[in-house]
Order: sequence, then structure tokens, then C-alpha cells
Amino acid sequence: MSVRNGLLALLAERPRYGYELRGEFEARTGTTWPLNVGQVYTTLSRLERDGCVTASDAGESGQQYYEITAEGRAEVTAWFTTPVRREARPRDELAIKLALAVGNQDVDIAAVVQAQRTDSLRALQDYTRLKAQAGPEDLAWLLVLDAMVFQTEAEVRWLDHCESRVVQGRRPVVRPTPVEDVERAR
Amino acid sequence: MSILVLEAVTRTHGSGDGQVEALKHLSLTVAPGELVAVMGPSGSGKSTLLHLAGGLDQPTSGRVLVEGTELGNLSRKALAQLRRRWIGYVFQDFNLIPALTAAENVALPRELDGVPARKARKEAVAALAEVGVPELADRFPDDMSGGQQQRIAIARALVGERRLVLADEPTGALDSTTGEAVMALLRARVDAGAAGVLVTHDARHAAWANRVVFLRDGRVVDESVYRAPEDVLAP
Repeated sequence: MSVRNGLLALLAERPRYGYELRGEFEARTGTTWPLNVGQVYTTLSRLERDGCVTASDAGESGQQYYEITAEGRAEVTAWFTTPVRREARPRDELAIKLALAVGNQDVDIAAVVQAQRTDSLRALQDYTRLKAQAGPEDLAWLLVLDAMVFQTEAEVRWLDHCESRVVQGRRPVVRPTPVEDVERAR
Repeated sequence: MSILVLEAVTRTHGSGDGQVEALKHLSLTVAPGELVAVMGPSGSGKSTLLHLAGGLDQPTSGRVLVEGTELGNLSRKALAQLRRRWIGYVFQDFNLIPALTAAENVALPRELDGVPARKARKEAVAALAEVGVPELADRFPDDMSGGQQQRIAIARALVGERRLVLADEPTGALDSTTGEAVMALLRARVDAGAAGVLVTHDARHAAWANRVVFLRDGRVVDESVYRAPEDVLAP
């Protein structure tokens, strides 16, 4: 996942100031992914260049106000509806995606969960078939496959759990306690 | 020809305000060599689907066909006979008869179907060999591990001419490696020409299926089908 997807998702909810984006992103994801100010503004200027956001002129406060464009909205929708690839997962993109989806009334969380679950199940089927093809002499290979199977299974169980929470009712956004605070409290 | 066909099946329980649609216009076919896993939260219609497929329950509308015969047109007697003859069940708690040996348990549905005892026994021994436990033929269920009992149950489900196996959480009572061995066995029996429907909560076991069907509120919401093997593990 890129910072880009996260910031765009927040701008899809409503227009925001740059500094506000950073705080909101960290609050929503429990600071599992701290951003620095530079990252936020570099990303915003790239988004502006690509036509995904428009920046209003700096007001008296000197702060720029960012608004998402139709193009940006399409990119957010694509991000929410495309399953996270197993191969490339810096940080836990999936958890962050769901955390951001909760605050966005336009996103069907059940559909996000289901798209991901189908993808995960397909991966599980692949690993399982490779296991079925491997002989008992391939112990090392089997152990590696098992690791992938159990990781993917854990993901599916977590998705099932997310779904039942969503079914229980879409709750107002609750800010998770930042990870650092939890650690400090120990 | 498909061994099991569910055609636009709806099953409604109760009437009036208390009416619940357990399955809504669901269609599913299972061909020989195919194992279909059904997943979904509690109350999504998984068990209803299995009951309908096994002729234990009738749809409110739609048709269920097993080996080309529509179950809805059959008399009770004919339905019971069809179930015995073509359909095998595998349950979480094995459901073997404790007073009978493994071979007797496996031979029982065949004997009930009028196959002579000697022939039924021969078929049972062959079925036990196919599931890899010929040595258990004369043992009683209480003297076997859970994994062994489930192997016997799979042999019973596919003895003689039976080709349709309906499995309800078959690995639920087993530890992870034993459960996996049971799934590998079920897969192998299906590959040998049977058709299987597997209801499970466990994604790891559902992954042995050719197709995984997700049910929610009585409807199929999604399906996961095998990809071409060359795509597996591609970056």
C-alpha cells in the first residue's frame, strides 16, 4: 500500500487541510503506520499533479485545502475493491484498508471483505494443490507451504470476524488507542 | 452427467411473519471428480443445502436431482432407497455404530439395500482398502482413533455404487494434521470419480475443494475456483 491510497481515502470522505490528513490517518490506524509531514506533502503534490486532488489557494492561515476530484474518487474505489496482493505487503495494508473503510459511508465493507476472502481462498486452494502434489520426501517444501497456508487461513478467519462485526452494525468511527500509548501503559 | 444438480432451489421455513427463507433460488451442480466446499456464517443456509442435496428435506420450490433422478417425484420408500444406494454422509462425530466392526459398518448400507451379505462384506473390505485401512476391518469403532473412524466413515460413504458424498464439518473433531489427512483422503476419493459437497467453517479444509461457494442469507455471494497451476506463486 502507498501513503497515496490512504490519503486519497480520507479525502474521499471530505476535503481536508494537509496537516489534518496526517493526524487523521494516524488516529484512524492507531499509529501502526506513522507518517512524516514531508511524506504527506510530497504525496499531496503528486496527487495534485496526477489530477486526483485540487488544492485551494493558501488562505490567511497559509494552509492549503485539498479536495478530491472524480479521478481521485475512481482511484479510491479501485483500491477498496481490489484485493490486497499477498506478494507485496509492506505494513499491514489490509488492516489499514479496513480501518479506513469504516469511516467512509460510500464503501461497502462487506464487499471489501468478501473480495479479499475470495482472493485468499483462491491462494489457499493453490497452496493446497501444491501440497497435494508434493511427496512426503519434500518435507522442507511442505513446511514452507504449511506456513503460507496457516498465514492465509488466519487472514480468512480474521475476515470472517470482521464481517460478523460489520453485520452487527456499522458503528461510528472509534479512534483506536495509538500503539505507542498502549505500549507506554504496560 | 452431473451427479448432483440443485436447480433454483428455495427453502422456506414457517409462514406469515415468522417466515424464513433458508435458501433463495440457489443453483449448484457437482460433477464426478468435483469437490465443492460451502462456506458461510451460521444461519447462511449451509446445512439446509446439505439436507436438500441428501433428500433429507424437500425444497419449497426448485428441483434437486441425484444421478439424474429428481428427488421431489419419489415416494418415501423410493427416496429412502435412492439415499441408501447413491448418497453417503460424513459427519463431524463419525456416526459409526459402536456394536459393529469397521467392515460391518461399511457393509450395512449395502445389506440394507439387498446386497447379499457375502458380497456386501467383499465390497466393504475393498472400500476400506481404498481409504488405506484394510487392517481395521475387524476392529470396533471404540478401538480406533478419531482419524481412523473418519476414514471408515468415508469408506462407508463411498461403498459400492455410491458416488455422492455429503460431508458436514468432517474434520471438526480432529487435530490439524489428522484433519488434513482426512481431507487429502476425501480429495483422493473424489478424484477417483466421486462427487463431494463439503460444508465447513475452516478455510484450510475448504481449500481442498475445486470450488468454494460462499453463502450468505441463503444466497451464493461469491465463488472461488481453481486457477491454472502455472499462475500459482507467480510474483
